[in-house]
Amino acid sequence: MKIHEYQAKELLKKFSVPVQDGFAIKHLDEFEKAIQQLKSQGINQYVVKSQIHAGGRGKGKVYNPENRNEVILEGGVKFTTSVEKAREYAEKILGNLLVTHQTGSEGKIVKTLFIAEGLDYVKELYLGILLDRTVSQNVIMASTEGGVEIEKVAAETPEKIIKVWVDPAIGLQPFQTRELAFALGLSGDNFKNFQKFIKQLYTAYEATDASLLEINPLVITNDNRIVALDAKMNIDDNALFRHPEIMSYRDLGEEDPLEIEASKYNLNYIKLDGNVGCMVNGAGLAMGTMDIIKLAGGEPANFLDVGGGANKETVANGFKIILSDPNVKAILINIFGGIVRCDRVAAGVIDATKTVNVTIPIVVRLEGTNAKEAGVLLKESGLNFEVATTLKDAAEKVTAILKK
Amino acid sequence: MSILVDKKTRLVVQGITGSEGSFHAKQMIEYKTKVVAGVTPGKGGTKFDDTDIPIFNTVAEAVKIAKANTSVIFVPPAFAADAILEAANSGIKVIICITEGIPAKDMTMAYNAIKNKDVVLIGPNCPGVISPGQAKVGIMPGFIHKQGKIGVVSRSGTLTYEAVKQLTDLKIGQSTCVGIGGDPIIGSQFINIIKMFNDDPGTEGIVMIGEIGGSAEEDAAAFIKKNVQKPVVGFIAGRTAPAGRRMGHAGAIISGGKGTAAEKMAAMKKAGIKVVESPAEIGITMKKALEEVYGAKKPVKKIATKTTAKKKVVVKRSTKK
Repeated sequence: MKIHEYQAKELLKKFSVPVQDGFAIKHLDEFEKAIQQLKSQGINQYVVKSQIHAGGRGKGKVYNPENRNEVILEGGVKFTTSVEKAREYAEKILGNLLVTHQTGSEGKIVKTLFIAEGLDYVKELYLGILLDRTVSQNVIMASTEGGVEIEKVAAETPEKIIKVWVDPAIGLQPFQTRELAFALGLSGDNFKNFQKFIKQLYTAYEATDASLLEINPLVITNDNRIVALDAKMNIDDNALFRHPEIMSYRDLGEEDPLEIEASKYNLNYIKLDGNVGCMVNGAGLAMGTMDIIKLAGGEPANFLDVGGGANKETVANGFKIILSDPNVKAILINIFGGIVRCDRVAAGVIDATKTVNVTIPIVVRLEGTNAKEAGVLLKESGLNFEVATTLKDAAEKVTAILKK
Repeated sequence: MSILVDKKTRLVVQGITGSEGSFHAKQMIEYKTKVVAGVTPGKGGTKFDDTDIPIFNTVAEAVKIAKANTSVIFVPPAFAADAILEAANSGIKVIICITEGIPAKDMTMAYNAIKNKDVVLIGPNCPGVISPGQAKVGIMPGFIHKQGKIGVVSRSGTLTYEAVKQLTDLKIGQSTCVGIGGDPIIGSQFINIIKMFNDDPGTEGIVMIGEIGGSAEEDAAAFIKKNVQKPVVGFIAGRTAPAGRRMGHAGAIISGGKGTAAEKMAAMKKAGIKVVESPAEIGITMKKALEEVYGAKKPVKKIATKTTAKKKVVVKRSTKK
């Protein structure tokens, strides 16, 4: 699960990680209060930061959502020393569309702003913690090249990324934090403070079951403090059950409405841009089926895994969700019944087709347990299914439909 | 022959009294797998359903009293890593974890704790392992399999069934089919299983089904290029998957431009693996590969039974670098 910068900073503060402080606002009338609170801490320069689940905010552009030709502001993160300017930025960003290299051209509406303290700094560093699946241990990555995309650094100057791996049985050790600090060229107080910082950051990563924690940039301020200027944090979905407080950070406004609807029925759905919808059991077979659609000359409109317990209801709900995407011109249903009984899936397909009033062609391929009975049910339904026997047959039938 | 599970497998089912555990325990018994014990803490001393199979409180008892040597885990995600550690510390040699949704932190801890032990972990989040006609340890439908000489290894469940069905329909049997699981941390990678298939005289060809994310397929391809003479057919699911989105499996995600299907397929082709574009072509491609290597009329002909004798097998594989 992705969380916002301001939420990540809230969590990090609980673990005594020094962060650039600020206040999140959802309405302009909260702006004054945020500024007053910052002022009361002796702060007199400000940063207005768009909160969306995508990176590249600083270099993004803010558009009028009603008129995509109108650029309202260059940059979704703005620094200023003037309260008036800060207010103007807040007005220009909140409720408008931010497009960054990570959002795609459709962009994201900014619904929350983080009004933060403006810091003067002498150095920008990079710090990231994530799972390295090649060795099945967490890796801490650090670089002197802060403030830029780390993928770019990795591609162009990989020697500038230092990595240490943490053995879960013994945890992060002082020799490792020293190694990182030396490699970043730190000395004196910065050397000491950085080690403390990384230790606390790693503790936060572990304690929150994070799957990614990226501080980019980590800055050394003019007054020699080490502070997380930004924070990107993802939490392991599988571990959310033990973090109810983090679960409340879920921002449904950042998710696709169809995907939210699907998750209510335990369906694993991801919306894509294509024209052929598909419904499959199992993630691997679902990806394989999407590949088949592409090879057949179509483009998959979605990923949809109905899971191991597919029954009449899940099938019917999956169907409705696929059909609510207006781009879908045909549907391919591919179920391999192991524990799932194909005749039950067929009954679900027939039911759903009758109730939803489907007008587009449907290719159905049911294989495995009770596949024969399922075939009979589909034929006798009197509905216009294209019944395929093998995966190859299904692909050919999709191609034929698309050529019509 | 086969790998991991066979007629000598003496299985303990961890979580045998749960709904998943009891359903699949029955299915495995029906397939004639030797299920010798169940474990559910607090239910020790009882029997499983209407069978004589004893239920113990601990895996240690199942090993000591019922002589279990293999475990299959159906324990809920919050307790599954603990179940893996219990099995590994009780003398079980093959642990197959079916459970889906185990927190990555728990698996990191469990994996690193057992990695240097004399134990093989398959999964988690996998369909299990089957050696057709010998033992079924997992949740796959037994009836689609056929005893034979092809090893199948895959990250997914139903896509594996699809490949197996294609093979069986072409009368190509399987030595063992292994689902290694779709999580970022799994006990055994492609390379581990492919080594076993390569060393198994009962396996004459290998089907490898990967998916986007990570670099396990590339690692396996490098190993195959160097060491494997048996024909290998490969497929990578997820060519159409967008970057940054997790496609169902926690491990199936293209991040930072790495782990794409195109990269993996290229690495596999370079290693001489017959990579199919469509998952519908897996069976037929293996049939052709077997005919090329072993001759059309004798697909089940006895071949060199030791890897040291592999030079006798003529394989058309590009070794150009």
